[in-house]
Amino acid sequence: MKKEFRVIADLLPRNIRVLDVGCGDGSLMSHLIKEKNIEVRGLEIVEENVKKCIYKGLSVIEGNAETELHQFPTKSFDFVILSQTLQAFYNPEKVLKDLLRIGKSVIISIPNFGYWKVRTSLLIFGKMPVTKTLPNSWYNTPNLHMCTIKDFFDFCIEKKININKVVGVNEETTSEIKKSNLEIKNLFSKVGIFLLK
Amino acid sequence: MPSIAGLFFYMSEKIKKLNVSKPLVLDCKKTVKDFPLAYETYGSLNKNKDNAILIFHALTGDQFVSGTNPITKKDGWWVTAVGPGKAIDTNKYFVICANVIGGCMGSWGPKEIDKNTNEAYGLNFPVITIKDMVKSQETLLDHLGIDKLLCAAGGSMGGMQLLQFCATFPNKTFSAVPIACSTNHSAQNIALNELARQAIMADPVWDNGKYLKKNIQPKNGLAVARMVGHISYLSEKGMQEKFGRKLQEKADYEFSFDADFQVESYLRHQGFAFVERFDANSILYITRAMDYFDLSRQFKGGLVEAFKNQKTKFLIISFSSDWLYTTKENKDTVIALNSAGADVSFAEIKTDKGHDSFLVNEPEFLKTLKGFIDSMHIKFKNEKK
Repeated sequence: MKKEFRVIADLLPRNIRVLDVGCGDGSLMSHLIKEKNIEVRGLEIVEENVKKCIYKGLSVIEGNAETELHQFPTKSFDFVILSQTLQAFYNPEKVLKDLLRIGKSVIISIPNFGYWKVRTSLLIFGKMPVTKTLPNSWYNTPNLHMCTIKDFFDFCIEKKININKVVGVNEETTSEIKKSNLEIKNLFSKVGIFLLK
Repeated sequence: MPSIAGLFFYMSEKIKKLNVSKPLVLDCKKTVKDFPLAYETYGSLNKNKDNAILIFHALTGDQFVSGTNPITKKDGWWVTAVGPGKAIDTNKYFVICANVIGGCMGSWGPKEIDKNTNEAYGLNFPVITIKDMVKSQETLLDHLGIDKLLCAAGGSMGGMQLLQFCATFPNKTFSAVPIACSTNHSAQNIALNELARQAIMADPVWDNGKYLKKNIQPKNGLAVARMVGHISYLSEKGMQEKFGRKLQEKADYEFSFDADFQVESYLRHQGFAFVERFDANSILYITRAMDYFDLSRQFKGGLVEAFKNQKTKFLIISFSSDWLYTTKENKDTVIALNSAGADVSFAEIKTDKGHDSFLVNEPEFLKTLKGFIDSMHIKFKNEKK
């Protein structure tokens, strides 16, 4: 399982209700049920993934998070998770607003455009970065709104969204990100995981 | 072909019937008791009673889900999905299906004899609802000794019965698969049903529903009603691909009103094959029940009230080319279940086969159905432990 999922699971208490937005084939959902006895629902746009979840007995709704989050009542989940998809929405701000409405807490992970490899690609080679976390080329990337950990940090402050915890993830380590180490973590983290209230 | 009366006599030997002795208060306020409910079962109930699946049939279906229908000698109506080794595997599961009341395959319906008059009910049969159908079928579970089903499934009107079943008898089933259905009938659906009814009633043979006394059927009207149905079960694209403008075994137009086009021939065939097995008054009664169906009207607080405290695990399935019960309508049911805090999954099957998709061999649909039921069986067994 992805290291990112382990970090997310660690952030969650046991026996709660979770909505996994963009749940993929349900690996995170299965993990949360098994390890933390969490009641989890998924929303997924890719038909193949929806079926994989159904075969596993996971509760999943086929649908588009951009347009179909309205179906979930306010504060109907303890946590809502959105893993590495915020940047792919036409209107990430609206989606985030919906997530914060549905969940008492929200966990969002973002691929960090401030990661040093990304920066060097653009700075040294003058080309749009293609990395493991950002595997697509400029012409076929689903990512419309790339941002850095620092960008998202500032965004939350500007929009008065309560940041509870931020974790930076790269190959070897995970570490907590605070205002004091933001510059350096923004350079060395591949993925940023935000716990918002 | 035997006469209608002969056919019905012949039927009685091949049909399992439960006499529903418990009084049933119908939505129209009439109380009935001691009426027949015809049903069929496939496979066997296991010791732990964790493998029972109840299936609700659609408008023109009956209790003969699988195998060969002993009356019509044709395949059971859901033989694509139910049977040994099928998505709903009768080697593994105990499958139950009852003929709805108002129907004509042995259950209490307008062609049954009214003991008070010694004649077929005809239009003296009370107007029944989806809820009445479901309440009568619940008695069958008692009779078979099943407290809780593993799953209940149904498409179209079968799906509507299932939603009603879950609302009226919460947690009587561990899981539920409502397919291509909605929580109420749209204006378009009511209009199409009205067209079918008007076709029957416009046939002079119908004679205010009294045709059975003369041992005849309003065949022309009933066939037209069936043709309307068949058009609505296919998609525009599916119909175009299947028939296009192809001519029926001829090189050129005949400049007449015979069936020149294949699509005409198909509709005529479907229409006139149908009159051999279905009672015209039953179509009136069952389509009426569908039109009256409105779960949010039944429950004062709307759909959220209808589905509150549900522990049943739902899987709603829609078909992309179904214009009779659209994906949007199916999604509205998902939204209602979500709002009520129920456990609901949803999948849309991408297909050109229209509303009929659940009845034909649609591999993606069948795989999804199987995957869900098998995974639910594992969960249900664990719950029972």
